Amino acid sequence: MITPAQAAVRGFRTAADSLRRWLFPERIRNEGETPDYRFSLANERTFLAWLRTALALVGGGFAVSQFLPDLHYVLRTSIALALLTGGALCAVRAVNHWQQCERAMRRGEDLPASRFPALLALGLGAVAAVMVLAVALGWGR
Amino acid sequence: MPPVQDPGLQPERTRLAWRRTTLSAAVVVVLAAREAARRGAAPAALLGVALSVGLLLVFLATAQRRMHQLGSARPADLVPATALLVTACTVALAVLGAVTLP
Repeated sequence: MITPAQAAVRGFRTAADSLRRWLFPERIRNEGETPDYRFSLANERTFLAWLRTALALVGGGFAVSQFLPDLHYVLRTSIALALLTGGALCAVRAVNHWQQCERAMRRGEDLPASRFPALLALGLGAVAAVMVLAVALGWGR
Repeated sequence: MPPVQDPGLQPERTRLAWRRTTLSAAVVVVLAAREAARRGAAPAALLGVALSVGLLLVFLATAQRRMHQLGSARPADLVPATALLVTACTVALAVLGAVTLP
């Protein structure tokens, strides 16, 4: 069991570590062994798949804003903003995760675990539930 | 050492993944430009359309450069600058969307 304080310290360390890796990328190049190029390409395709997920979320935000004129203004703008924010977060996390995986492969470590997919699924489930309620209860303008 | 002709066609699959990503970006840019254009011919609307198209051009140029590298049998690794650039374009489209919401 970890206390919230320990979790906060761990979160801060992870963030500081990420920032350092982005500010000094050449250190990663010199770290460990260059992995088989096929693994690097697989990692690159995973990054691109997450980037497309991010683009789909951003596109979804635009679609909600443009193609649901009968939805109440507040609800429409909230859902659009949630999808746009989710898309931006997804893109930033995609590039960070790509780099973490690249570093783990160089060091011969296990690939990093991530709770992001579960959080994204919960968030999208919540958006879908709100939309179902909006349609069922007729929250028009 | 793996053989040079790898049976998994990894570089080609990666090139196609980049192509799919540029197509997704193009769809988002069309929606972003449409959102901005709803304000008519106001300067802000024109700026929004121009920014969207500009972001697509940056995205396409970055992807095109990487796809060219992936034409070789043993391509170089993706560099952080390229990954960051396409990520920045995606985030910029989201920010543009948040700003242009009616």
